[in-house]
Amino acid sequence: MSESDPQITLYRLQACPFCERVVRVLNDLDLSYQSRFVEPMHSDRNVVKRVSGKRSVPAIVDENTGVTMSESANIVEYLQNTYGEGGAA
Amino acid sequence: MVDFEVVSLPEADNPDVGETAPDFTRPLVNEEYWTDASLSSVVAEGPTLLTFHPMDGAFPTTYIWNEFDDRGFADDVQVVGVSISSPYEHTALLEERAEGARLFSDPAADVAEAYGIEHDLDGMSGVTEPRPAVFLLEEDRTVQYAWVASEWPAFPEYDEIEAAIAEHV
Repeated sequence: MSESDPQITLYRLQACPFCERVVRVLNDLDLSYQSRFVEPMHSDRNVVKRVSGKRSVPAIVDENTGVTMSESANIVEYLQNTYGEGGAA
Repeated sequence: MVDFEVVSLPEADNPDVGETAPDFTRPLVNEEYWTDASLSSVVAEGPTLLTFHPMDGAFPTTYIWNEFDDRGFADDVQVVGVSISSPYEHTALLEERAEGARLFSDPAADVAEAYGIEHDLDGMSGVTEPRPAVFLLEEDRTVQYAWVASEWPAFPEYDEIEAAIAEHV
């Protein structure tokens, strides 16, 4: 991994509207991120369970802050509070 | 006279020993997820056996990966495949075979074209895939061993690959 690699990893499912919602916010905030696509079947998402404790997507891992998070509403709120106008970062 | 047909392929224009293999970025599939990755970032982790194969499900693909598994190539080098199959098909393949390998998905066969090994399939209009090919790459993508099919079907020279790994890795 080089220094230019994105610090945010997004676990996502192709065509999942909740994932697209997070993508829109990442793009709005001009944040770079690396997408990791997983399988539709919940039982095939061990990697998501391992990093986030749950098999649901979207989930993000933010190396900048050490935050790992599931649920699109929570993620959107976190991103806006952290990187939005007047955010912490 | 044999009553089956092995098709001779036109001369390939592949990177040869001592040359640098072209870099590319495509979705790279492992047992758990897929993510965009460049060949250079993969190869930088260590010597890599880059293997182009027919679409997942074709019997040569099955035979090639079974043989790779039997010989345990993935124990000695990074093993990376490329086919035109989708990440979903690659995921299914990895459940069955190609243990320890990762697979690039190159549906438009642009990577095959960059490597000069594209193969237009007779009877499947509009479908181009790589002809079978194997490259052993060192960390800077220098080609240490190259094999490209000159006829169809054809299978890698497994003993040669084993010797190349023994010599270079």
